[in-house]
Amino acid sequence: MLQLDHLVMGQGDFRLTANWSAEPGARLAIMGPSGAGKSTLLSAIAGFLVPTAGRVLWNNVDLAGLSPGDRPVSILFQDQNLFPHLTVAQNLGLGLRPDLRLSDGDRVRIDQALERTGLAGLGERRPAQLSGGQASRVALARALLRARPILMLDEPFAALGPALRSEMLDLVREVADATRATVLMVTHDPKDAMALGGQTAFVANGVVEAPVETVSLMANPPPALREYLG
Amino acid sequence: MGFSIPDRSVASWRRLMNTNLLAAGLAVVAIPAMAETPVLTVLTYDSFTSEWGPGPAVEKAFEATCACDLQFVPAGDGAALLARVQLEGAASQADVVLGLDTNLTAAAAATGLFAPHGVTAPTTLPVAFDDPLFLPFDWGWFAFVHDKTKLAQAPTSFDALAASDLKVVIQDPRSSTPGLGLLMWVKAAHGERAAEVWAALADNIVTVTPGWSEAYGLFLEGEADMVLSYTTSPAYHLIAESDDTKAAALFDEGHYLQVEVAGKLAATDQPTLADQFLAFMLTDAFQSVIPQTNWMYPAVTPAAGLPDGFDAFRPAKSLLLSPEEAQAARDAALAEWQAALAK
Amino acid sequence: MGARDMIGARLLALALLALVLGPLAAVAWRGAGLTLGSADWAAVQFTLTQAVLSALVSTVLAIPVARALARRRFPGRSALVTLMGAPFLLPAVVAVLGLLAVFGRGGVVNDTLAALGLPTLSIFGLHGVVLAHVFLNLPLATRMILQGWQAIPAERIRLAHSLGFGPAETFRHLEWPMLREVLPGVALVILTVCLTSFAVVLTLGGGPAATTVELAIYQAVRFDFDLARAAGLAGVQVLISGLAAGVAWVVLQPTAFGAGLDRQTALAAPKDWRRWADGLVLAMATLFLLAPLVAVALRGLPGLADLPPQVLPAAARSVGVALVCAVLSTLAALLVALAVARKAHPLVEAAATLPLATSGLVLGTGLFLLVQPFVPPMTLALPVTVLVNTALTLPFLYRILLPEARAMVTGYGRLADSLGLRGWARLRWLVLPRLARPLGFGAGIAAALSMGDLGVIALFAGDRQATLPLVVSQLAGAYRVEAAAAASLVLVALSFALFWACDAGGRRAAA
Repeated sequence: MLQLDHLVMGQGDFRLTANWSAEPGARLAIMGPSGAGKSTLLSAIAGFLVPTAGRVLWNNVDLAGLSPGDRPVSILFQDQNLFPHLTVAQNLGLGLRPDLRLSDGDRVRIDQALERTGLAGLGERRPAQLSGGQASRVALARALLRARPILMLDEPFAALGPALRSEMLDLVREVADATRATVLMVTHDPKDAMALGGQTAFVANGVVEAPVETVSLMANPPPALREYLG
Repeated sequence: MGFSIPDRSVASWRRLMNTNLLAAGLAVVAIPAMAETPVLTVLTYDSFTSEWGPGPAVEKAFEATCACDLQFVPAGDGAALLARVQLEGAASQADVVLGLDTNLTAAAAATGLFAPHGVTAPTTLPVAFDDPLFLPFDWGWFAFVHDKTKLAQAPTSFDALAASDLKVVIQDPRSSTPGLGLLMWVKAAHGERAAEVWAALADNIVTVTPGWSEAYGLFLEGEADMVLSYTTSPAYHLIAESDDTKAAALFDEGHYLQVEVAGKLAATDQPTLADQFLAFMLTDAFQSVIPQTNWMYPAVTPAAGLPDGFDAFRPAKSLLLSPEEAQAARDAALAEWQAALAK
Repeated sequence: MGARDMIGARLLALALLALVLGPLAAVAWRGAGLTLGSADWAAVQFTLTQAVLSALVSTVLAIPVARALARRRFPGRSALVTLMGAPFLLPAVVAVLGLLAVFGRGGVVNDTLAALGLPTLSIFGLHGVVLAHVFLNLPLATRMILQGWQAIPAERIRLAHSLGFGPAETFRHLEWPMLREVLPGVALVILTVCLTSFAVVLTLGGGPAATTVELAIYQAVRFDFDLARAAGLAGVQVLISGLAAGVAWVVLQPTAFGAGLDRQTALAAPKDWRRWADGLVLAMATLFLLAPLVAVALRGLPGLADLPPQVLPAAARSVGVALVCAVLSTLAALLVALAVARKAHPLVEAAATLPLATSGLVLGTGLFLLVQPFVPPMTLALPVTVLVNTALTLPFLYRILLPEARAMVTGYGRLADSLGLRGWARLRWLVLPRLARPLGFGAGIAAALSMGDLGVIALFAGDRQATLPLVVSQLAGAYRVEAAAAASLVLVALSFALFWACDAGGRRAAA
């Protein structure tokens, strides 16, 4: 269980609080106006930002002091999810072993992940030779291989068209099912939140509200959300 | 006795160890014993020790007579030598310092680091020279060197040089011994008029280099008509390159001498050997090496005489300030020089 | 990485500070103080004038050259980029002789002027000093600025194309922000190098009006043995360069281009008159840099046939020193650059620039004073050479590495952190591949500069440990001008070969 215990995050004048928890396997969309602090929340959970107060717990273990790579987290950024100087297969390999000393078994798993994400045969390509959709698939394939219990996505598909985006969301669900991961996905689009299924946590006025069932939230949005949705 | 064999073997092990330790101990003792061939360390300038300088031949000749190891330590150029001696102070490893010139010996004597040499052998310097601390090993006349084929009528005095539109390159008196020598030359020849002479020369001086080799290089490249060097420079070209186009301009007012000297350090741990070296310095074995390696006049003309070319440019008059005069004149002369050329 | 790196970088910075300030303190202590004479202020003034002029002219002229190289593709471009390293690596005296063959009294330029009936030019004077410093430093500036151009991500360039940017807009939105980040560092490095330039200034300066601080230090140490004054002067040098570093640090604004996917997209190469302008700029720069190099080669060739036997072992010794220095200096600079790229740190920044500002003579003298009570300095000749060369080349590498290290940290730091890439794995799979180009370039510079250095170690040099520059100066001091020219050519060729091997290696690894 992911638990945000009286978490306070601050950068300069900016201050953001969160105090709620998410069940294992939960699908959470994080929505809110630009600059509200959606990415800040992900940064704090991933370990890039030290909270000013409060704790982030996973299964009752405080994550404070763990470096990002040691946390039970995989994260997809808005961009720069792949190292351009490494091949697709190497980028995936980093998810298994950061030193890339891959065993034959590892290689088999990489090939399987490629196949599963529709990238069969592209292992030797460099990221620059991929389309935007393919690059997103590689990043998801790596999350599949890492199989961390929390999967966070910071609008990684913002640059993709609607059809591709829904394909990617399908893939996210597939990866999450396969790894039984708790998903936190930042998005601007209520349709993405609906497609993800599960709950939505709304961020506004310095607070990340506790997640609510997306369907009921959209059916009966609170004032701030209504204003955001327009 | 069931233990006898192991016991014996332990004992023999011990013996083995002991002999080994003994051998090792002997070896440790043996290294210094071998190194006890006395070492004479001579601090000198780079070009003396180089393969093309007098160093190698002198080392061979002296080691043949002294049952010692003669080691030359290069300390940069002539001007760097005295600073090195002062830096090292009494803790110096060196026994003898070789290569100071008389413009620096007053300062060297004032350090109190040098001991009298006690050598009384006569020299063939063109001036009387008697210094209890420093013994000359070679000397030369400063002169402006030029190419005869490009400059048929060389000037015969500083005034004539200043009146001409010839371009000369000189060395900086603040970083090089020839540069300082030129400063003393003008002072010794013209005294009160020195500032005037420098002011007149200002438009002839193309540039001032940090050391002798840069200036000589610029001259050979054709950047200047004349360069401050020695009357023996043409001899190098004649002997080593069969090139007789270089000449030294003889000045009516006379030529300043550079007398290069050596001295014994008071803190030497090899005083006898140091004395022996200084005495050796004025013998034929040392002196005959000088002309064609250092391209200077030997302090004592060798039995076999001087090589061709060494008699080609002999000034009629030699100038030399005493070390004390040179020391006293230096700061004012330097200021004069700077003021005259900075305009 | 992270905290441990920062500690490493701080320790290294402290070590550098100790290496620079320790000998200075030792000289001041032995001289019982720091003093300056009134004549010394004139020297400070001239030193600053020539250094500022040299840095400005070199940096400004390098911009169009780097831009032309960045946006044009033509046969021989890669060779030209490599050539850009060459003059910087020349020993000062060799460079001066090469320049004289072109601009001197009997040089090509004046011969041409005379043939046309025009008045001839003299290279001696302040303008000659600046000319020589531009010759030596323009290539370095060009290469450093070119790295900046290459660091603009293709994505940003495509965005510019798609927005229909003309040359003016491209300059304003892409090139100017990059220049603002790169230029202060470039100018700072050149300024600092020129502050301590000695042989060039004295030889081409034309007389005592061209008196620099370094010359005053020479006089103080060698003739007057006035260590207090030497220490005072050296302190002034360090202070000036410290101030310059401070100014550069304030002016410097890291750009936020973000990272790209390493796609190859060239900058727009306008086809109008700018094409001819770029061509002209490149042709003139090539001629300016190449002509003196050719002269150096021509002077050296005749003597190559009977090179003195001492040259070979000395060359081997020099190459060994150069390789060790290159490795040490590259590692140290990488550590510092990575730490500063993560987190700005003025002390570390200053420490990484300071070694450039030290007077070689004071550094050597101070080290000598520090070492002498314990061991005969001669026995430390090679270690001291390695140590000093490593410290003196580190600032160049640091400046070369920093912009790209910043780009790497901004673009991929989080991704690497999130994947748990640390220690050797991070070095192997992130740092080395991403920084291969500047690492190769920097290692080449370090190796080649270490080949040429002489000044500092002269005090430590033993008879049997002569390096190649020492042999060259011995030959020149023994009238053997032809052999000296040949040995210089060997020195230059070896330096350049080392540089080329590292630089090309880095560029290949990055491709």
